[in-house]
Amino acid sequence: MEAFPYRHLLGIEGLPPQVIVGLLDLAEAYARHGPPAEAPLRGLTLVNAFFEVSTRTLVSFEIAGKRLGADVVNLVAGQSSLRKGETLLDTALTLDAMRPDVIVIRHEASGAVELIAGKVGCPVVNAGDGRHEHPTQALLDALTIRRRKGRIQGLKVAICGDLLHSRVARSNFLLLTALGAEVRAVAPPTLMPAGIEDYGVIPFTAMDEGIAGADVVMVLRLQRERMEGSFVPSTREYYATFGLTPERLQRAAPDVLVMHPGPMNRGVEIASAVADDIQRSAIAEQVAMGVAVRMACLDLLTRSRRG
Amino acid sequence: MTAPRPLWFRGVTLVDPRAETVRVGDLLVVDRTIAVVGQVDGAPDGVEVVDAPGVLLAPALVDAGVFRADLAACAVGGIATALLMPDQDPPLDDPALVERAERLGKPHLWVRPLAAATRGLLGRELAELALLAEAGAVAVATGRQAVADAAVWLRVLRYAAGLGLVVVAHAEDPALAAGGVATEGRMATRLGLPAAPACAEALVVARDLRLAREAGAALHFACLSTAEAIELVRMARAAGQDVTAGTSPAYALLDEEALAGFRSFARLSPPLRSAHDRAAVLQGLADGTLSMLTSRHDPRTTEEKRLPFADAAPGAADGALLLSLGVELVRAGHLSWPRLFQCVALGPAARFGLPAGRLEPGAPADLVLVDPDHSFRIAADRLPGLGRNTPFDGRDAWGRALMLVKGGAVVFRAGPV
Repeated sequence: MEAFPYRHLLGIEGLPPQVIVGLLDLAEAYARHGPPAEAPLRGLTLVNAFFEVSTRTLVSFEIAGKRLGADVVNLVAGQSSLRKGETLLDTALTLDAMRPDVIVIRHEASGAVELIAGKVGCPVVNAGDGRHEHPTQALLDALTIRRRKGRIQGLKVAICGDLLHSRVARSNFLLLTALGAEVRAVAPPTLMPAGIEDYGVIPFTAMDEGIAGADVVMVLRLQRERMEGSFVPSTREYYATFGLTPERLQRAAPDVLVMHPGPMNRGVEIASAVADDIQRSAIAEQVAMGVAVRMACLDLLTRSRRG
Repeated sequence: MTAPRPLWFRGVTLVDPRAETVRVGDLLVVDRTIAVVGQVDGAPDGVEVVDAPGVLLAPALVDAGVFRADLAACAVGGIATALLMPDQDPPLDDPALVERAERLGKPHLWVRPLAAATRGLLGRELAELALLAEAGAVAVATGRQAVADAAVWLRVLRYAAGLGLVVVAHAEDPALAAGGVATEGRMATRLGLPAAPACAEALVVARDLRLAREAGAALHFACLSTAEAIELVRMARAAGQDVTAGTSPAYALLDEEALAGFRSFARLSPPLRSAHDRAAVLQGLADGTLSMLTSRHDPRTTEEKRLPFADAAPGAADGALLLSLGVELVRAGHLSWPRLFQCVALGPAARFGLPAGRLEPGAPADLVLVDPDHSFRIAADRLPGLGRNTPFDGRDAWGRALMLVKGGAVVFRAGPV
C-alpha cells in the first residue's frame, strides 16, 4: 500500500479486506525489520490526546511515534485542560491550532473521536472511543494471530467475556469476519449485546460450548464495577463459569492460542497458569505487535503530508 | 381591543376534520369567529379578500406537547395552540407559574399549560392539581419522565380523575431507560451506545392502563413509538377504556438508522426505534389508535447538541416542521387530509376540551392556509425559532403555511418563496 486511502483511522467498520491486509503487511515489516533508518516521521508532531486514562495504549503510541522519529506530545486527562470544563470541540480547535501532523485520541464516549476528527486539519487515529471501536487493538490482535497461525481465514476464534461494554470486541468482530474467520461471541446473557448476530458472529452464552474446538480464545477484561452483582453475581461465580482455566481450555483445539488485550484480572477471567503458559499464551506478543501496528498506522496516515 | 378586519377566503379547498370532507368553497371570518362556511354572499365592509385557488384552508394546528413556547417556530408550523409541557424551569407546579406560562404566547399563540403531576416533577408528592387547573392548566402531565412509584402514580390518577382532568403520561420505564440513549438492537450495538430495550415503553403502558382503570382516570400517552405499546392501547380502546395516545413525526418517518454517524440531532426521548415499530406508528395514526401528531418541540443549543451522542441533550426542535411533515404523511398515502387535521388539530382539541380544530360557523377563527405543493429542503441551520436541532436536516419536504389566523387576526404570513 502506497498511501492509506482514508484521511483518518476511526474504526475497522468500512475498511475493505485488502486495506486491512495492507496495514498488517506493513506492520509485519516493522515487526521484522524494526524502524527504517531514515526516520520517516522526523520533524512531524504526534499529539496523543487521552481523555480517558490509559497506560499501555498511550505508551505504545508514544514508542511507535518515537521510533519513527516524530516529536511526541502527550495530553492526558487530569494533567491538562482536557478536564477543565472546556467543551470537546474547543479542545479540538485548540489541538488543531497547534498544527500537529497526526492526533491519536482516546475518549470515554462512543463517537467522540469521530466528532473531533471532523474539526481538525490533520489525520486522527482512534485509540478507543467508549464502547464503539478500538481499531489498532483489533489490528494488533490480527497480526498476532497471523504470525502464530499463518492465516486468519477459516480459523475458529472465540471472543469471550464482557462483550457489552467492549470496544475491543466490536473492532475484532468486524476485522476477523472481514478476513474470513469463524467468530464466536461468548458471554453471559447480561453482557451480550443485542443484535450481535448482525456482525456475522455466532453467540454462545456458555463458555464451555463457545470455546470448544477453538483455534484462538480471546479473553476480555471484566471491569471491577461490573463484577459485584450488577452484571454478574460475583467474581468467584464468574471465574467458575467463564474463567479460562487449564481444564476448560482442554475443550479448545490442542494448539489453541490464548489472547487478552490487558490489563488482566488474574483469577477472574483468566487463570495465571493459562496466562503464563508460554506455549499457548500470546499475551506478551500482542503488546509487541501493538507497537508495530501503530507504527504502520502512523506511517500510512502521514504519507500524503510527507509528500 | 378592536376586532380584526373580517377575512373572506374565496375559492379555497376547505378541509373539515370533523365532517371528514375536502371541498372547494368560501369561508368568512367576522369578529374573531367563523361566520360562514361554504357560499359567502355579500361581504362586510373592510373585508380582506384572500383569493387562493388550489390552496387548503384548515383549522390551525393544536400541538399537543411542546417543551418551549416558541412563537416563531409555531407560526411557521401553522400552530395556533400549543400545550406546554410542565418541564419548565421551574416546573409548572405552582398556580402563579401556570398563569405566567399561559401569557407567554400572547398575542400570537394560545399557550395551554399542562400541570406538573407531582411537585417539582420529582414523582413523590401530589402537586396542587385543583389550583393548577383553576389557574389555567388544561391537563396534568408527568413531563419527560414517568412516575416510577406505582403508589404515587395511582394517587395522581385518582386525584386527577376526581377533578375530571386528563392525565398525560410519559411511557418509558425509568429504571430500564436509565442511561439509555438508543433502543437496544443492531444499531445501538454497532455504535456502542448505552441502550434500553424497546419494551421499556410497553411495560409502562401496561402498568398505566391498569392503574388508570383502577382509578377511573382519563389517560393520554404523550408519545408512543413501539408496536407493542400501540397494540396495548388499541386493545384497551376496543375494550372501552378512556385512553388516547399521540406520537410525533420522527417516529412515523424515521427509525434507528438515523443514528448512523452518531448524529446527535437523532438523539430523542423516547429513542428512535426499529423499522417494524415505525410501520406500527404509521398504522396507529391511520387507524386512529394514535389520535394526535405532536411536535414535542424541544429547542436545544449548539452546545447541548454538539457533543458525543450519549452526552448530547435529547429532543428535536420540530415545531416549525409539524405541518410539512404532516403533509408528507398525506402525500405518501398514510393519511387523508381530514385525518391529518384530526391528528394535528381536532384530536388534541377534543381531548383537552379546547374550542379549536373545527371548521364550522360559530367556532373560533383559528385557521391555517396551506400550500401543499410547496417543496423545499429542510435546513437545520435555517429553522425559525429557538432551536436548530432537527433529525430531518437535509430532508426534502413539502407544504407550508401561507397564513396563520388566530382569533380572527392574521398572526403570520409567509414571505415570497
